[in-house]
Amino acid sequence: MFKHLALAATVAAFGTAAVADGHGAVKVGMITTLSGGGAGLGIDVRDGFMLAINQSGNTNIEVIIEDDQRKPEIAVQLADKMIQSEKVDVMTGIIWSNLAMAVVPAATAQGKFYLSPNAGPSALAGRGCHPNYFNVAWQNDNLHEAAGAYANSAGYTNSFILAPNYPAGQDALTGYKRQYGGELAGEVFTKLGQTDYAAEIAQIRASGADSVFFFLPGGMGISFLKQYADSGVDLPVVGPAFSFDQGILQAVGAAALGVVNTSQWNKDIDNATNAAFVESFQAEYGRLPSLYASQGFDTANLLLSAMASADVNDTDAFRAALKAADFASTRGDFAFADNHHPIQDIYVREVIQEGDVFTNRIIGTALTDHSDVYGADCKM
Amino acid sequence: MSLILLIEQVLNGLQFGVTLFLMAAGLTLVFGVMGLINLAHGSLFMVGAFAAAAVAGATGSFVLALGAALAAAAAAGALVEVLVIRRLYARDHLDQVLATFALILIFSEGTRWVFGSFPLYLNIPAALSGPISLPGGIEYSTYRLFLIGVGIAVAIGLGLLITRSRLGIQIRAGESDREMIAALGIDISRLYTIVFALGAALAGLAGALVGAIQSVQVGMGEPVLILAFVVIVIGGIGSIKGALVGAVLVGLTDTLGKLLLPGMFALFMPASSAATVGSALASMAIYILMAAVLIWRPTGLFGVRA
Repeated sequence: MFKHLALAATVAAFGTAAVADGHGAVKVGMITTLSGGGAGLGIDVRDGFMLAINQSGNTNIEVIIEDDQRKPEIAVQLADKMIQSEKVDVMTGIIWSNLAMAVVPAATAQGKFYLSPNAGPSALAGRGCHPNYFNVAWQNDNLHEAAGAYANSAGYTNSFILAPNYPAGQDALTGYKRQYGGELAGEVFTKLGQTDYAAEIAQIRASGADSVFFFLPGGMGISFLKQYADSGVDLPVVGPAFSFDQGILQAVGAAALGVVNTSQWNKDIDNATNAAFVESFQAEYGRLPSLYASQGFDTANLLLSAMASADVNDTDAFRAALKAADFASTRGDFAFADNHHPIQDIYVREVIQEGDVFTNRIIGTALTDHSDVYGADCKM
Repeated sequence: MSLILLIEQVLNGLQFGVTLFLMAAGLTLVFGVMGLINLAHGSLFMVGAFAAAAVAGATGSFVLALGAALAAAAAAGALVEVLVIRRLYARDHLDQVLATFALILIFSEGTRWVFGSFPLYLNIPAALSGPISLPGGIEYSTYRLFLIGVGIAVAIGLGLLITRSRLGIQIRAGESDREMIAALGIDISRLYTIVFALGAALAGLAGALVGAIQSVQVGMGEPVLILAFVVIVIGGIGSIKGALVGAVLVGLTDTLGKLLLPGMFALFMPASSAATVGSALASMAIYILMAAVLIWRPTGLFGVRA
């Protein structure tokens, strides 16, 4: 079945012969999550990526798409297959940080380029950075840092913070505390995959906090928000965009209305690229794009911009072309820091209802031209 | 720590326990009566939640949604029993595990096919939303109180069914000697289908009830399934009473462990690492409980089988 999927999704463009402008064809291997609980994220990244490729009309690019089922061992197998038998030039697609850690170092060590459309573990931004690794989304801490900065500006002085007990959850609380200047009313690590938050909500109620920060991606966030809204606790909530992206807002429903969240992208960022992206994504797939879709779209456009000015076989030139980030991002200003992670603005959004659809609008900017703290450790 | 917080957490533990009981009751019946390990029980939980979300979305009625969850899960259970499970009774547990694991994959991908990859919306009915004030100034979620009520009602009903009704007698007889009741002229394959559908319906009901406060998504059943197995191992396989006591024990241990352990570690550790260590230990607490019970009583609290 997965083979079938891959075949169906492959862009039929076997332009292996050199083309008129002198730059060779590029073969892209995309490993992403297309089945199981986290499939919504991978599907959005894939759809955003393919939208940009199809819009470019570039027949010089071939994309092979495979499903990692959110399992590191499968991602590693797929990566080996793509590198050794498919001989791809560029890899992309991985959603989850633990899968990225299993695949990216090996891929870049074998001379492949890796463009991350989502995962940004700190290990790949600091000491473990690599010249061939580019992150087009964010370093994992970024949106949490923005939430901390927002909490300061909103005048919160006593936050209750919670996240799942795994590396990205610990990074989230660290990121929040890095910017946040107030006291902590409580700090709780929940179980990864936990679905019932009654105990934590009771603690929040008893803690005397003036605000709540949480990082609970996917289904965990849906459960938390529904239960929080029903509990009668009415402290303001702030979180990163992951619990408020377009894919899950409809499942949360009115419980999310008015919640403040931080994101590097939103559909109302005012630039021509973004307006065209939102419109064409809706026309193509019949739903509003999420931030994951925007990241997939930007990743593809970065790749296309590099292909336009360098040959992928000339590694140094291609790397320089990627580093230049000479493409129109849906986010507006976009540049790479020296550790190949984004320098970008991070916005504060609020959940609103437009007709029947729950979505976000930007209400301010949390951090301007923000990069990450790990870059100082990156030597390349 | 205030008394109010502690009482609220005990209620939370109780509520978590009775919803686990709905899952564990079906599992322990099927395991006890038919000797079958059914890993796909979590999928029936998911079927119930999706059926409820679909019907609630179409009609807006929570009662209809609960009915749909019961019907859909029972139908899926009966269908699976007739098509697949029936062939597995005589096989060993490994074959059963393999076949029912395959059923998990089929149910998950099938659900994704029909409903898509994004979580569905199912919410608490307006009549039960919001908090309610209990004596002593405790604010507690009305819906969670309702869940406790439903769980206790189902436990009583199931207890009566097993001890007082003709079907209950047949189930208990099938548990202790299946050849004998077959020889007495009871249609054992029909009995098995009924028991399996009953267990499935309870799982579906749990899925719908829990789906309203959690996320209705593919794969939502598997984490609950693991807890349900812990419950029936603690309670003793095949015992409804054991499932109830085990479920409440697991619910209270998990909830109070999460509340108390980080606080205990904070007495002699910095707050941040106490939170990490305490919550890590809290997530192990129910398994430590299970190990302790098994050392004390290897067949579980109310288990009879050697």
